[in-house]
Amino acid sequence: MRQVYLDYSATTPVKKEVLDAMLPYFSELYGNPSSLYSIASESKEALVKARTQVAELIGAQEKEIFFTSCGTEADNWAVMGTADALKDKGNHIITTKIEHHAMLHSCEFLEKHGYDVTYLNVDEGGRVNPADLESAITDKTILISVMFANNEVGTIEPIKELAGIAKKHKILFHTDAVQALGNVEIDVKDLGVDMMSMSAHKIYGPKGIGALYIRKGLRISNYLHGGAQENKRRAGTENLAGIVGFGKAAELARVNLDEHIRHSSELRDYLIEQVQEKIDHVYVNGTMEHRHPGNANLTFEFIEGEAMLLYLDMSGIAVSTGSACSSASLTPSHVLDALGIPVERIHGTLRFTVGDMTTKEDIDYVVDTLKKVVSKLREISSVSSEKGW
Amino acid sequence: MAANMYNDTVMEHFMNPHNVGELENADGVGTYGSPVCGDMMQISIKVEDDKITDAKFKTFGCGSAIASSSVATDMIIGMTVDEALELTNKQIINELGGLPAVKVHCSVLADHAIKSAIYDYAQKTGKTYKGLEGFDPNAEEDEHDHDIPEED
Repeated sequence: MRQVYLDYSATTPVKKEVLDAMLPYFSELYGNPSSLYSIASESKEALVKARTQVAELIGAQEKEIFFTSCGTEADNWAVMGTADALKDKGNHIITTKIEHHAMLHSCEFLEKHGYDVTYLNVDEGGRVNPADLESAITDKTILISVMFANNEVGTIEPIKELAGIAKKHKILFHTDAVQALGNVEIDVKDLGVDMMSMSAHKIYGPKGIGALYIRKGLRISNYLHGGAQENKRRAGTENLAGIVGFGKAAELARVNLDEHIRHSSELRDYLIEQVQEKIDHVYVNGTMEHRHPGNANLTFEFIEGEAMLLYLDMSGIAVSTGSACSSASLTPSHVLDALGIPVERIHGTLRFTVGDMTTKEDIDYVVDTLKKVVSKLREISSVSSEKGW
Repeated sequence: MAANMYNDTVMEHFMNPHNVGELENADGVGTYGSPVCGDMMQISIKVEDDKITDAKFKTFGCGSAIASSSVATDMIIGMTVDEALELTNKQIINELGGLPAVKVHCSVLADHAIKSAIYDYAQKTGKTYKGLEGFDPNAEEDEHDHDIPEED
């Protein structure tokens, strides 16, 4: 059976060049970079190289990259570290309703510890209105965090403009760029962001390694305490193979960026066009104007997402859904809810994300299968275009 | 993931559901749930000599909602009306060989939908059934509550 993976925003396969770069760092070049003998110095060099590769992808300096265990840790560090460092200055944080749970739940945690958090609304395309940000700022605001590209609907936020507002008010600005990295051109200096979270496994690197960019000269509190690793900012023995893999993946992402964006957006547009041509009662969620190149988030009316997902899975197709029924919490997607999508439609939502290994034939197979799946589930469904909701 | 989440019986009923559709000239029709909750089941029944001779369903919902609709309609065909009124969600879930705990409360709508269809039949024919005493087909949210934890 044909296998088609269309969930690149969940994770990506590790590219062969990346794996090849990593392999020596398990059993041959296993030295602890903190040690002083020869084998460790090679590890230390590898660390510097990888840090440089990641820095080059985002227009940063090598010393501004701090490796973490994942994007979630980077988000936690940015918000907790800022909250602690600036606790005497204020206790107000501004973020959005469509952040990843790594940010939302970190903010909810801080709310229990005396911080106030404003969760900005977004428009129906998922974009933050800069005027809303400006009016949410108080003299107690210490941090603004807005994600770069949304993981569910792919909306790319006006980061440069938002960071400019933060700068004007002398407030730190963080962005969660886990989905944007390698999918959008990023130059941290041009954008004017103070901190940015990243993850390797979304850009064909390994899982278990992320990074936080912290602008030179900015000091936030540490989050992991212990040894002197990462220039005394993030303790814990380095995940060297993971870091080397992240570095290689970042280098490939930088070199391939234009081609990756062209390939992804072409196939994504083809998918949306074919689905709309062959299946009726389909809605595209989010905005096509400012969108992650690989993301298609579609609602199929009158049927439920988990049922679609399982049928597609039986045909070898991997996608994800915003339906409540697929989540352990039984709550529908907070992102789609923030976009104002009625909850019965949220239940019928699928997210398709294409990537470098996706082919046009994959899309044709997915559209053909989807057509059958949607038609079968609509025959079973108790709601329809004639009956209405 | 499909295989991890549901057992083979559930998957079989989900992939190839029995009794899908609407009966022409049904003797009773009942609906339960709502698209907002994510699951809605409609069931239509044929009754002869107080026995359910046929049943069909239409369900908007996830895998377990469709599978439980399929198995529940299988179960009530051939039952007397009184027997069908006694059918519980627990029996339906047992017939499926179990469902993930998180699915039990929200996606098994069949016992209420069956009662609603029989209620409709009783209204049309003027019959009374012990199993319908105190039953309100419009009492949607009492039992269909996502927040009640249940061990099974």
